[in-house]
Amino acid sequence: MSQATAKKNGVWATIWEYMTTVDHKKIAILYLIAGGFFFVLGGIEAMLIRIQLAVPNNDFLSAGLFNEVITMHGTTMIFLAAMPLLFAFMNATVPLQIGARDVAFPFLNSLGVWLFIFGGIFLNLSWFLGGAPDAGWTSYASLSIASPGHGVDFYALGLQVSGAGTLISGINFVTTIITMRAPGMTYMRMPLMTWTTLVAGVLIVFAFPPLTVGLFLLIFDRMFGSNFFIVEAGGNTIIWEHLFWIFGHPEVYILILPAFGIFSEIFSTFARKRLFGYSAMVFATVLIGFFGFMVWAHHMFTVGLGPTANAIFALATMAIAVPTGIKIFNWIFTIWGGSIEFTTPMLYALAFIPSFVMGGVTGIMQAVAPADYQYHDSYFIVAHFHYVIVGGVVFALLAGLHYYWPLMFATMLSEKLGKITFWLFFIGFHMTFLIQHFLGLWGMPRRVFTYLDGQGYNAANMISSLGAGLMALGVIVLVINIIITVAKNQKVGRDPWGDGRTLEWSLPLPVPYYNFAQIPLVRGLDAFWIEKKEGNGEMLPAESLDDFHMPNNSIIPFVMSLGLFVASFGALYFASGKEWAIDAVADLPVRPWAFWVLVIGLAITFISMITRSFKDDLGYYVTKEEVLRDLEEQERGAK
Amino acid sequence: MAEMKYNVPNEQWPEHPETATLEGKNKFVGFWTFLGGETVLFASLFATYLALKDSVPSSDHMLAADLFHLELAFVMTMLLLTSSLTSVYAVYHMRNNNFSKMQLWLAITVLLGAGFLALEIYEFYEYVHLGHTFRSSAFGSAFYILIGTHGFHVIIGLIWITGLIIRNATRGLSVYTAAKVNTAALYWHFIDVVWVFIFTIVYLLGVI
Repeated sequence: MSQATAKKNGVWATIWEYMTTVDHKKIAILYLIAGGFFFVLGGIEAMLIRIQLAVPNNDFLSAGLFNEVITMHGTTMIFLAAMPLLFAFMNATVPLQIGARDVAFPFLNSLGVWLFIFGGIFLNLSWFLGGAPDAGWTSYASLSIASPGHGVDFYALGLQVSGAGTLISGINFVTTIITMRAPGMTYMRMPLMTWTTLVAGVLIVFAFPPLTVGLFLLIFDRMFGSNFFIVEAGGNTIIWEHLFWIFGHPEVYILILPAFGIFSEIFSTFARKRLFGYSAMVFATVLIGFFGFMVWAHHMFTVGLGPTANAIFALATMAIAVPTGIKIFNWIFTIWGGSIEFTTPMLYALAFIPSFVMGGVTGIMQAVAPADYQYHDSYFIVAHFHYVIVGGVVFALLAGLHYYWPLMFATMLSEKLGKITFWLFFIGFHMTFLIQHFLGLWGMPRRVFTYLDGQGYNAANMISSLGAGLMALGVIVLVINIIITVAKNQKVGRDPWGDGRTLEWSLPLPVPYYNFAQIPLVRGLDAFWIEKKEGNGEMLPAESLDDFHMPNNSIIPFVMSLGLFVASFGALYFASGKEWAIDAVADLPVRPWAFWVLVIGLAITFISMITRSFKDDLGYYVTKEEVLRDLEEQERGAK
Repeated sequence: MAEMKYNVPNEQWPEHPETATLEGKNKFVGFWTFLGGETVLFASLFATYLALKDSVPSSDHMLAADLFHLELAFVMTMLLLTSSLTSVYAVYHMRNNNFSKMQLWLAITVLLGAGFLALEIYEFYEYVHLGHTFRSSAFGSAFYILIGTHGFHVIIGLIWITGLIIRNATRGLSVYTAAKVNTAALYWHFIDVVWVFIFTIVYLLGVI
């Protein structure tokens, strides 16, 4: 056995293996564990919000703590739960779907996950180190500059570190999909999951740098005494709003496009039909990605950019409904006349269509700029974005978790418990958020920590909170399901759903660390399905059995990320108590060590980079003999 | 065994050694993608600068027209443009498998880049003496973050290319090292293109 599989003894060896791994399948598991942890954390914060709002004049949370909880709920769910969980499924599937042995940059893949994990931990340490950020997940500069204490600093630095990881992963997926496709895997034969990952990757590459700049401006203002948002010195807080939304709007497509990809796979698998209108689906995906960059100011209709700007952004926003509509109809036509199997993933997919359309329709309502003056900052907005993010993205994550679980762990989640989770979550979701549309139209503003009795909000808020309880129950059942499945550890074999269409299902389970013993030859869309129908159910090899090259494990990505984590503490406390600092931190105690912590942290990262550059990391070869042994073993297992 | 594949005999030296291996191809595509992101990064900084370039707390603060000297900016531009040209020579010799000439032109590139950086530091030093600092006004913040981010890229580029010269000194040229040199050259060109925009938008527009 080669070095990658040989050391499997003891817990520490396993932990070390995961700390140093460059295998996309193991990195997928790291993303799943860390993203799942933050999802539960964000869910607990959501429950705290709904408990506080269940009854009028509640004092369960103080006003200040409520602000911290809503800020952390939004930030955690978007940056630390939804996106990493999507990365988990991208990592688990995309290299397999295109017939590759790994991603283009395995080292960077590892760096991406560790930057995300350290950034996430840093952000959440704020709870224990003087208070969490409290300026909302959008952290508008006029609020965030005034926010006392270090809360917003944790937000800015934590997101900067984890955002760097996201950017790196985006570049990695784009490159992987362009250069690593197996012979015959043309662009127009790529599964929709791969296509949406490619477009989401491009969106990440172009959308994250504006966030990086915005966060740097905030970091420099709050920690190093600059004046970008300090109005007395000529600063302008609207710059933050623009930069944030130039990132923020593409961000929602970065989330929803891979979700569309997961659903597209599930629809065609469990309707047992080729995806209807494949080329239109690809076209619509690219078009949504393109339009995604031209609509950011629809978040800023009430800022006062003027009627011309508002009109242009309103029209561009409405235009996005067209490609999205194309997708919705294509999914419906895929199901139409199909031989449908109601598995757990399929239930989520079917529930997604009406739920997401409802969110889309309220989106079009808000695109009408004059009407948006009424909806703005009300619960109508909260209802809208939860309909698209939960009804779209979270449904896709739960569907994907059940659908891809066997691919990642070679076991199956219980269908029975899965369906219980689905019904609890589905009913709870609509109960929580449908009523919030009406709350908004009745005048309840968002981001308020309580409301008075006798305004007609009581019953609606109670219903909403009860619905949130149902969703929490659903997640608890899911956790129980996972624990039971892991404990039972009942292995399943190749193509566990029985109707796999794409390359990843052609592989033996668990997938060998080199994925493909021989790189497969792709003969059309739904490559595995074609071989099932026209061949002998095995992929044809595109190469003869031979030695092949694999990348080495490395601890450097972990150390590099750790360096930035350390440096973040130095930056965070740098302005503390300095006379040039903003009022928010000027009264705090001086930390003379802050500068040195910053320097040491950056030095750790920098030395890691130099080490990486100066070493020749040539990887190793998997020998023909080892692959042959594995193949024989699989044959024996199959019998 | 693995190393064998990277060292190519002279007569088999490919026309494009930087993309002759899959790793090389990946680096090429990945780095262009990264430069796409860098473009948006600098676009955001330019937008911030344009929004804040006339924003000072009071009329006794200096603005662009009071500060900039086109002579200095012109010399800096020439140094950086020339260094881009010399990095092209380095890549040219890399493609011809001429290791020592490649190293020489890379060294000249570093020297020219260092000259640019020295002038930039001198410029910043002068401005700080005149009271135009990172903390003095929104204009100051926007100016230093735009030029400073570019200058930081120059520093990274200098360390990168110097590092390559040192690490490759004992290794010579292979399709493995060629990909590294080519990526650094791509980066260096990008820095140069950004400076052209800085010269136009910040300096030229600042004095007219």
